[in-house]
Order: sequence, then structure tokens, then C-alpha cells
Amino acid sequence: MSQREEEFLEYVQAGGQVETGDWMPDDYRAKLIKFIEMHGNSELMGVLPEREWILRAPTLQRKLALTAKVQDEVGHAQLIYRVVEDLGKPREACLDDLVSGKAKFHNVFHYPTRTWGDVGVIAWLVDAAAIISQKALLKCSYAPYARIMKKICWEESFHILHGRDVVLTMMNGTDEQRELVQEALTRWWGPLMQFHGNPIPRDDDPMFVWRIKSQGNEEARQGFLDGYVPQIWELGLSVPDPALRKRDDGVWEYTEPDWDELRHVVTGHGPRTADRLDLRKRAREQSAWVRSVVLAEAA
Amino acid sequence: MNERARRLLEIADDELVLGWRDSEWTGIAPSLEEDVAFSSISQNEIGHARALYELAARELGTTADQLAFDRQPEEYLSAPLVELRRLEWARTIARHYLYETADAVRIEALKSSDDPDVAGLAAKIEREEAYHLMHAELWIDRLLATDEGRSRLREAVEELWPYALGVLDDELRPVWVSRVRERLGFELPDVEPVTREQHTEELRELWEEMTSVRRSIPAGAEW
Amino acid sequence: MIYEVFRQERKGQPFQHAGSLPAPDASFAEVYAREQYGRRGESVALWVVPREAVHEVDEFVDELERNYHRVDGYSLKAKLKEARERAGTPAAGDR
Repeated sequence: MSQREEEFLEYVQAGGQVETGDWMPDDYRAKLIKFIEMHGNSELMGVLPEREWILRAPTLQRKLALTAKVQDEVGHAQLIYRVVEDLGKPREACLDDLVSGKAKFHNVFHYPTRTWGDVGVIAWLVDAAAIISQKALLKCSYAPYARIMKKICWEESFHILHGRDVVLTMMNGTDEQRELVQEALTRWWGPLMQFHGNPIPRDDDPMFVWRIKSQGNEEARQGFLDGYVPQIWELGLSVPDPALRKRDDGVWEYTEPDWDELRHVVTGHGPRTADRLDLRKRAREQSAWVRSVVLAEAA
Repeated sequence: MNERARRLLEIADDELVLGWRDSEWTGIAPSLEEDVAFSSISQNEIGHARALYELAARELGTTADQLAFDRQPEEYLSAPLVELRRLEWARTIARHYLYETADAVRIEALKSSDDPDVAGLAAKIEREEAYHLMHAELWIDRLLATDEGRSRLREAVEELWPYALGVLDDELRPVWVSRVRERLGFELPDVEPVTREQHTEELRELWEEMTSVRRSIPAGAEW
Repeated sequence: MIYEVFRQERKGQPFQHAGSLPAPDASFAEVYAREQYGRRGESVALWVVPREAVHEVDEFVDELERNYHRVDGYSLKAKLKEARERAGTPAAGDR
């Protein structure tokens, strides 16, 4: 590493903030783009499992709340891709890489949704897992990204409320409704435990070294378990992991997640990866004329 | 069902079904910015439907959700224009423009209703719909500004024209027709409207999907 | 074209930079800004400005250390102590 790069590293590790026009090491810029792009891809892909349920929402209120939630996610993708573009990678290039399978997105969005129970569990727990990571990103060394995280976190808080409301209403409803929630939770637990990534020590994680992330993967997972397992148990729901427990020292123990599954899924082999990317690709192709004829810069 | 309830349900059903259709663009609209904007329009439409159902519900002794979900497909009073599904973007914009301009005429008339509740709600809806009109006009302007845009819009409007004629009744329709002809400059012939009674098969499909979760648990369950 | 959006959260508050968005012209930019930064009622007003109209100034030079411009350029403590002793008055906090 050159001296200038060393100084930059010390600067960010001491809490220094970086703006778009500042000098930055090539590696920092590259890691930043990769990390932020994956976030944008995840928001955009996260829309697809949920939007099917917009059409099936069982009350007008749920329909509105779910549409607003998915709208927020598209809005987040917009904010995030703008940041990536200002770092040097245009939105169209990001979308090209997404649909071609070259770029990644979070594991949870590769799985199917099967019932209205999934709608509640996703909005409550998947968004909760995401918000644990997103709150940590408020301290990202790259300031434009840290700034958009504020709006993102604010909007995510509505999503979790909506998710909890959906779940609680069902838990207070019929046996069938309770079963829908439990069944969804049982299916989603594996991906949720994998969500924060394998427990690489944070000093070995380049994203932490550059202070793009301000917490390690295991720290995030522990935060999720500590915040949400009590909420799950208090409703009488069971988590499909007999080893899950909180030790006296406050650390949660659990059955080691299947890291092979995680790797397999995020490299594009999830149960719904192919058809969701295909949907994106087709939608994009069909609306290409709109972008070139109408949305391109005014002559 | 009396005339007042019928009128309210007609508009409510239009807004509900159109809102449902428009919400299908959430996540896959031509651009992220447009996706967010169009999603708000669809939410407003559902919101208007809800407010109209609530007004009708008081009179009919039921609830907005029951009116929205628990009728049979043949009982809905929506216009076939709003029922058409999976329209590509030029047709979506064409429908958006044709519907919003027709709806504006209808809402304007409702504002002078003797019924203060109806007149009041119409005024509120009109204030929100002003943004929808602005959005539709913006797109029409932009499409008319290029050869390709104009040609695509023309094809879309011509195809939807018989359906669009079915939104308004004989009394309100003429003034709307002349406004649209003047604005777009297309040759739009006098054809038979596709009327509200001529429900499309697409409405039934929408209804099946829209009510699938709700019907899965015995009536009365909370969601 | 990229447009920068500034938002005002409540009347009386400053307009703060909120983000940016691409749009073909100012009318579209307004519609999109309104949705992205106002749909949840979080803003009472927005400024929507083409990016090229925003000129960044980020280098400031103070080679001669103009300490009269800064609070730390004034040390009153010792002088105040002397003045009080001269006048025989206790410090304001001693009473």
C-alpha cells in the first residue's frame, strides 16, 4: 500500500468521512461500488417476491401498506444506484450485470413466497435483519452512502411495524392463520440465519477494514437474535433450531447455518433466481423504448 | 340499490380495479423514478375507492372491505377500460390519460351534488386527482413530441378508444370526447362504446386472484 | 440530466440536500422529486435544481491564521480576573 493509501486507511479507521470528489484508493472505490451495488440489487430484487402479494392482499389497508412498502424498496434502489453512479458505475451497467447474473444480491430474495404468512414474516424479520445491517451503515466512511441510509432506515421502520401488525393480527386470529405464520417462519429461518454472512472475523473483512461496514457479520447476527428471538418466542412461535439459546454471558448459541447453501444461492442458484432475473430482463427489454424515447435527456 | 349508491359504487369499482392494475407496475416500471411515482398514483386510486366504498357502505349497511372484496364478479360496476390487464407502457399511459380526463369530468359533476358528503368527497378526490392529470399530461406531451412516441401513443389510444367511451354516460361523454380529440389530434371515430355491463373475462381473473387469500379463511377473519 | 433535490422538513427550517435523480426535464424532475422526497409527508417544500447549476466551493485558505475571526482568538480570563481585582468585586459565580 502506498503512503497516501496508508494515510487514507488511518483516516477512515479513525472515523474520517469521504465525499464523492475526494481522492480515494482504487481498492476502496472498487470495494465500495461492489458493496453498494449489491445493496441496490437486493432492494430491487426484494421487490419481486413481495409484489405478487400486492395483488392478493386481503384488505384495502394491507393492500395500501404493502404497495407502499414495495414502493419504498424501489425508492431505496433509486437512491442507492445514484450513489454508485456518482462513484463511476452507471445504473444501466449495474442492471446489465444484475440480469446477466454477474452481480449478486442477498440470499433471502432468491427464495419463493408461498402464503400470506410469508408476507408478515418477511416484513417483520427479513426487514429486521436488514435494518440491523443498515443501522451500522449509518456510520459508513463514504458519506453519500451514509446519508441515504438515514432515509432508508426511517422508511424501513414502517415496514417492520407493518410486518408485526400483519403477524400479530394473524396470531390473534384463527388456528389456520397461526399455522400460516409458524409454517412461514419455519421455512424462512435458515435463510434468515445466513443473511448476515459467514462469521469472518471483522478485521479479515475488507469491508470492515475500510470502514464501509462498521460491524462484523457475527456482531450483526447476534444483534438480530437478541432483538428478535424474544419477540418470536413471546408470541408462542417456535424457531426450528433446538440448539438456539442465549448463554449467561449474553451470546446466542445456534446450530451452524449451512454456508454451502448460502454460497450456492448467492452465486445465482437459488430456487427462484433464474425466473426472477428473467422477469427483470423481460420487463427491461419491453420498456427500453420508453427510456430512449421519453426519459433520455431532453434535446 | 338506489341511484346514489350505484353512482358511488361505479366510481369506486373503477378506482379499485384501475388501482389494482396500476399497482402491477410496482417494481417493473420503465424507470425507478417512474416506478415510485406511478405506485403513488395506484395507492391514491385505492384510497379513493376506499373512501367511496365507505360512503356507500354506511347506506348499504356493510363495510368498505366487504364491498371491495366480497361481491361476486358480476356485481362489480367497473368499466371494461380499467379491467384490461398487462398493458404495455404506451397503453398504460393511454389508459391513464383517457381515464383521468374522463374521471375529471365525472368528479366535476359530483362536486355539485345535493348530498354534502358526496360533494365534499368529490372535492377532496379532485384535489388529489389534479396530480394524476398533471402526470398523464406530462407523458402525453413527451410522447407526442417524437415520431416514435406519437405513433405508439396513437396505436394505443385507437385500440383503447371503444373501451374509453364506456367510462362516462351519454350526458357527460360528448364534452370529454371533444376535449380528447382536440388535445391528441388523432382521428378517433364514433364507435359503439364497450359499456359497463360488458364485463371482461379479465375482471373475473382479477377477482379470483384478488380475493384468494381473503377467501382462504372463513368470512369474518381479521387480516 | 441529473437534478439535485433540497428539502425543507418544516416551515422555518433550512433547505437541506436530500439526494439526486435523473430526469429528462424540469417537469419530470419535479414530479419525481415530489414522490421520492415527499410521499410520506416528510417535506413541506423542495428545491429542484439541475446539477450543473450547483457550484461546489471546497477550498478555503487561511495562511496567516486570522485568529480574530475565531473564538479562540480571544482570551478574556486573565484580563477579567485582573479587572475584578482592581474593582474589588467578586467573580459573578461567587455570590
